[in-house]
Amino acid sequence: MSKFKKGGKKVTPGISTASLPDIVFILLFFFMVTTTMREVTLLVDNRKPYATEIEKLERKSLVSYIYVGAPKAFLQGQFGSEPRMQLNDSYAKLNEISQWAIAEREAINEAERTLLTVSIKADKEVKMGLITDIKQELRKAQMLKINYSTRKGEIFTDRN
Amino acid sequence: MASRRRENPEINAGSMADIAFLLLIFFLVTTTMDTDTGIARKLPPILPENLPPPPPIREKNVFVVLINSNDNLFVEDDYMDVKELREEAKKFISNFGRLENYSDNPQKAVISLQNDRGTSYEMFIAVQNELTAAYSELRNEESKKRFGKDFSELNEKQAKEIQEFYPQKISEAEPVNLGGG
Repeated sequence: MSKFKKGGKKVTPGISTASLPDIVFILLFFFMVTTTMREVTLLVDNRKPYATEIEKLERKSLVSYIYVGAPKAFLQGQFGSEPRMQLNDSYAKLNEISQWAIAEREAINEAERTLLTVSIKADKEVKMGLITDIKQELRKAQMLKINYSTRKGEIFTDRN
Repeated sequence: MASRRRENPEINAGSMADIAFLLLIFFLVTTTMDTDTGIARKLPPILPENLPPPPPIREKNVFVVLINSNDNLFVEDDYMDVKELREEAKKFISNFGRLENYSDNPQKAVISLQNDRGTSYEMFIAVQNELTAAYSELRNEESKKRFGKDFSELNEKQAKEIQEFYPQKISEAEPVNLGGG
């Protein structure tokens, strides 16, 4: 005999979906913050080797990338299967590095130019000859901070 | 007319979720999650040619690591498996003059890494990784001993002290053609 007994039939109210957009927006912002836009189209194979002693590359704006690897399968008819170097959106020859280095350096703030790092993203099948040539060119271009890009994991993780 | 204005109907927010989902899916597809990680190195500047040659380093203070074009590893002219490299490098760096053929002290120890043009990048990175690991393990041990903390937890001054005690001297030699073994 409750005093507050409600009259009438109970109707289960529909679940309000008004907060659903908020939840989705939170997800959206999470992804926007944690991810980086792919800036270049990869024209080369890029299975990076594994390493454990790695450092994170902070300050993406101060990092320039060199991609090295065999041309992707659909481009091999045109460019062959010999490993190539990719700068920005196209294949490049070794002597183009110095030009590229100047352009990369121009693009960033003068005070921070010494912090510019070159990240070498090379495929694990690439031979060191090409990498060494790239390193020599970078030395000539005074780009001395480099980073061998790797994935985190025990060495030779996917060697069969 | 007047009555309709007073009603002030709510805007239907039901499709808001769909719009947000579309945006979400767009970002999911166009972005990549990979954080950029790698082994950091500094290249030596190119020296002018008329410079006098650098002072010689005693042979016992140089740890010569060679990788030939068949990805075989040679340490001080002996064949070695990559798995043993870390321990051997640690032994070399932290010898403190005890053993012959190993370094006098960590400050003088230099690791010279040479590779062939035919060495695979994967092997090169593996060796670089092991050498870096040797240094970071030694630094960790030393900072545990001095400050009772891991190297990564030290403050700037302490870290510098350890870094000066175990300077990471890995020299990537000028390219040579070593050929297969």
